[in-house]
Amino acid sequence: MPEVRKRRNFAAYLQALPTWVVLGVFFLLPLVIMLVISFGQRGTYGGLKPIEDVWAYISSGDFLANYKRSVEPLYLSIYWRSLWMAVLTTVLCLIVSYPIAYYIAVVAPARFKNLLLGLVVIPFWTSFLIRTYAWMLILRTEGLLNTVLLATGIIHQPLDLLYNDSAVMIGLVYGELPFMILPLYASLEKLDLSLLEAALDLGANKVATFFRITVPLTMPGIVAGIILVFIPSIGQFVISDLLGGAKSILVGNLIQNQFAVARNKPFGSAIAFELTAVVLVLLLGYAWYTKRKGQEVLL
Amino acid sequence: MSAPPAESAVDLVERKVVRLGPVRPVSRPVSWEKRLLGWHSFLVYLFLYVPIVILILYSFNRSKQTAAWEGLTLDWYVRLFHNDLILKAVKNSLIVAVTTTFAATIIGTLAALALARSSFRGKGATQAALYLPIIIPEIVGGAALVTFFGVTQMRLSLVTVIIAHIAFCISYVAIVVRARLAGFDRSLEEAASDLGAGPWDTFRRVTLPIILPGIVAGALLVFTISIDDYVITSFVAGVGATTLPIQIYSMLKVGVTPEVNAVSTLLLLVTVILIVVSQRLQQEPTPKGGLKK
Repeated sequence: MPEVRKRRNFAAYLQALPTWVVLGVFFLLPLVIMLVISFGQRGTYGGLKPIEDVWAYISSGDFLANYKRSVEPLYLSIYWRSLWMAVLTTVLCLIVSYPIAYYIAVVAPARFKNLLLGLVVIPFWTSFLIRTYAWMLILRTEGLLNTVLLATGIIHQPLDLLYNDSAVMIGLVYGELPFMILPLYASLEKLDLSLLEAALDLGANKVATFFRITVPLTMPGIVAGIILVFIPSIGQFVISDLLGGAKSILVGNLIQNQFAVARNKPFGSAIAFELTAVVLVLLLGYAWYTKRKGQEVLL
Repeated sequence: MSAPPAESAVDLVERKVVRLGPVRPVSRPVSWEKRLLGWHSFLVYLFLYVPIVILILYSFNRSKQTAAWEGLTLDWYVRLFHNDLILKAVKNSLIVAVTTTFAATIIGTLAALALARSSFRGKGATQAALYLPIIIPEIVGGAALVTFFGVTQMRLSLVTVIIAHIAFCISYVAIVVRARLAGFDRSLEEAASDLGAGPWDTFRRVTLPIILPGIVAGALLVFTISIDDYVITSFVAGVGATTLPIQIYSMLKVGVTPEVNAVSTLLLLVTVILIVVSQRLQQEPTPKGGLKK
């Protein structure tokens, strides 16, 4: 019935229209504008410097000035640190999350499953600003940990626990942990346990069974978790701003600084685009991976 | 009288008369691996919740400066209600969150209906467009929007905050409602239209009641995301458009005060309640046949 089909299509377009208007004008268009502005120059008062002759500007290569500046050694070291912190966060989250996800999905008694899962979901959705702040209470000089350590006589001088890279690391792992546990749980829950029994019956030991059966079968969850943790960790600036020291500048802080303090939007836009490019490459890789595996997208 | 039947080998093994090496019982007791997993999980839950519990406890601590416990007080909560900056921020946050929730829920639900219904041209693109705001780092979204507002010369205010929140929240509603529609028995709609109901009546009296839990769950989620958001808001909020997270952040940068603990505890309480309700609604099974009365 092509007539009905046409009508249904028309209804779908009508229903999707408001989404396209809002996302088109207030999400996609701003991204395009930011890309264009990243080729411009900062004006005297923080705005944009007007370009008199567009073709001369382009042919002189000036439009790449922000991108050239963004790969100066000073900034490269910031990217390197951000990448390293994000990778470390992702690895730590994976190591900590896999056993707990396995426990909830496979080991825990069925009647507790929803509760245990709910206890992971709640931090997933609650304010990470407040959750980060809670660590300030614990780690600061007059904080809980120092107070307890001093009172018990383990230390005699308060330790500098806050405002350094370790504090940022704790905050990152703490903040991102639920983003790793949930996709891992989703794929462990679908795991066919009889396959594990079969492997054990056929003489594989538990370690071999885990690495040759469980891990490959839950790879979609592992990959989704890695994506879900890595992307926010490499772009964040709040955790490093609150828990990190003056040297803990990451790429997120750099971008935020160009917009809020230095008022150099073109340069900030250029870095934001480099970050977006990295993220998009990761996402395309992820899409390719799920398509090749013929699996549903877990994100 | 016949002799009692000879005990079989299996009986002997089970009575442990004959030991054939370690016996693997059928229902094994909790193995050490499982116990280890249990302990690990317990520690992870502690790691997740102890900081939050500490924050809540401190909000009742009489001591202003130190971490030592100096007795119970509600003073910090009382003070919140005399702190004009916080009250103003709460009001702003509520305006933003309520407006965002209404707009994003309607737009997102429509998008979910489109995606669930037909395979129309551009379905894939619509899905991709809906995933992007969730997966692109928030900082990029915030930076792009403030650039856009700069170019279009829109003054930063509560309006720009609301626009930003709507743009970033539609996706969550669309995904939650779409999940609800996935378990939806389409024959109910066909039955309604066969019985002569028009498209609007079918929607209002068949589709809507079934997907309503999903819509409410999505709306609650949007409310919490909006009221909690710091990153995007920090880019697009102008002077006088301070929301609660922005206010909390600026207080944190100055120093830890007990009022921050109190206001954070209240915000946590509100969001946790909303999240729990939202999760419950999302788990509610879709009616398979006949509607609930």
